[in-house]
Amino acid sequence: MDKFTKLTGVAAPMPLVNIDTDMIIPKQFLKTIQRSGLGKNLFDEMRYDDNGNERPDFVLNQPAYRRAEIIVAGDNFGCGSSREHAPWALLDFGIRCVISTSFADIFFNNCFKNGILPVVLPQEAVDELMDDARKGENARITVDLESQTVTGSDGKSYPFDVDPFKKHCLLNGLDDIGLTLEKAAAIDSFEGKAATLRPWV
Amino acid sequence: MSAPRTLYDKIWDDHVVQQDADGTCLLYIDRHLVHEVTSPQAFEGLRMTGRKVRAPEKTIAVPDHNVPTTPGRETHIDNEESRIQVEALDKNARDFGVVYYPVSDIRQGIVHIVGPEQGWTLPGMTVVCGDSHTATHGAFGALAHGIGTSEVEHVLATQTLIQKKSKNMKVEITGSLRPGVTAKDITLSVIGATGTAGGTGHVIEYCGQAIRELSMEGRMTVCNMAIEGGARAGLIAPDEKTFAYVMGRPHAPKGAKWEAALAYWKTLYTDEGAHFDKVVTLKGEDIAPVVTWGTSPEDVLPITGVVPAPEDFTGGKVEAARRALDYMGLTPGTKLTDIKIDTVFIGSCTNGRIEDLRAAAAVLKGKKIAPGMRAMVVPGSGLVRAQAEEEGLAQIFIDAGFEWRLAGCSMCLAMNPDQLSPGERCAATSNRNFEGRQGRGGRTHLMSPAMAAAAAVTGHLTDVREMMAENA
Repeated sequence: MDKFTKLTGVAAPMPLVNIDTDMIIPKQFLKTIQRSGLGKNLFDEMRYDDNGNERPDFVLNQPAYRRAEIIVAGDNFGCGSSREHAPWALLDFGIRCVISTSFADIFFNNCFKNGILPVVLPQEAVDELMDDARKGENARITVDLESQTVTGSDGKSYPFDVDPFKKHCLLNGLDDIGLTLEKAAAIDSFEGKAATLRPWV
Repeated sequence: MSAPRTLYDKIWDDHVVQQDADGTCLLYIDRHLVHEVTSPQAFEGLRMTGRKVRAPEKTIAVPDHNVPTTPGRETHIDNEESRIQVEALDKNARDFGVVYYPVSDIRQGIVHIVGPEQGWTLPGMTVVCGDSHTATHGAFGALAHGIGTSEVEHVLATQTLIQKKSKNMKVEITGSLRPGVTAKDITLSVIGATGTAGGTGHVIEYCGQAIRELSMEGRMTVCNMAIEGGARAGLIAPDEKTFAYVMGRPHAPKGAKWEAALAYWKTLYTDEGAHFDKVVTLKGEDIAPVVTWGTSPEDVLPITGVVPAPEDFTGGKVEAARRALDYMGLTPGTKLTDIKIDTVFIGSCTNGRIEDLRAAAAVLKGKKIAPGMRAMVVPGSGLVRAQAEEEGLAQIFIDAGFEWRLAGCSMCLAMNPDQLSPGERCAATSNRNFEGRQGRGGRTHLMSPAMAAAAAVTGHLTDVREMMAENA
């Protein structure tokens, strides 16, 4: 997993609420057995028409946002299906950070496993950053995980919370399976105890 | 004496392997269900790092999302990508030695129907799967939730998950349901009341008389859609109905182990005075048969209602409603019962169990589907299908004009050939009405099996209570 430390980039405004993972990556692209290559189909049905041509009004098709690295989104981003193909598609497109008032739990967790930082901010802050994002390439947003701040193009800073363990893994690009395997003795001991307490499991 | 605990607290406490100072826990996983869409990258990850599956006997794999529901699929799947995914699961199950039900096995079906049916899902367990509808298993008083593929790999390698505890939310349905109202109407009505983010960060415990009065099938329908309300997991405390359902299942405990299990299961309830962070109460008597009109499961209305206008909403929902009405091709003020339907889909992990098929067949008996209607029943498992055939339900569906299919996820998410065409409007018993969910441009109205059957007969959204009155 790539580290996430500090990012300054163009943010795409997506004010729609309840953007679900079916929208982020429709099911026909879940048939892959790999993690890579999904970026071209990110937001497929919003991004392309029935003939596969780009819809010029869709935000990521507009010149200013074709290389966006951040999305500022409406409430409850990433709801619905647990598909990790959603963060894989975002990452493959080049998105490393999503800012919203709220995220669906499974999507939120999946982001951290893929070097993407989901940032939760209050409504007012998201509204201001959304306005910033609407300015396109003229307004770059900076996201600093170490100091836990998002800074708008006018220099206004917004602090955010992040789970300390998740922050540590993201800052260092850590594989958490490796970390858990170091605790094998504790898992062995739990299994031994559970075999006595709940032998039917 | 220890502080009163919720059901969620109790299951959580019994599965903590290790807890860090910041509250991050290593949680032990009792059952890991696996399907072909969200697992290939996880198994590949194990291969690349030389890791093994820690507990193959606790890992159950079944192909369901991609599989065609027409005959001949045991030997050939036309779509190359689907075939590769199913073959990858075959190989991974073999290479890593996990429990496996291939399509040639009558026990194959939707993973969330197979787990309980085979007795893999038991009260008090932790159950995960790379699928958000894992919440279904909460009907047994098991802590069950969906995970991403990286977490699938983590569970395969370690039989644990790194987790922080969620908050407790109580959803109580008081009193009894009125005739024609089902578990699906409960779960949709709750989402309509709380919104799709109402349960975010919480585990929901459903309780109250109306929940107690539901069968195990009904309880699974309720918990299945906890995720549509934003909650990772839904729970219902186990009771005599639960124990009766579990007893005798192939992988349920037997003999002395059964007795020991039963004694433990009877401790799985929320203590008097336990704390809930959020409480929602609905009256069972107030719940009507409902349908969705939009593209979010929270877009729920009683069938007696009319299509709303964007101005009926506030905030970001105004624009979302405008977009949904445009996508759904609906005009505000239209009576819901005037909405014409092209297709009916009965099935899915929400409503693909025997009781669901019985409810739909009861409406369809002696009737025909409307001219031009496409209607299909996709049983949730090979065993549900066999039972429905034995009970004569299959013949009722076939006589009415329904296609009688093989088990799988099918048109719930349209990864197999069962899809809607652009603009095609479907009455579906599944769980999501998202844009494109059942096929690009397809329009989905969610409802109960009885309501879907009624729509199949009349050709438009229909209040099943009126049809029941006619039949009486």
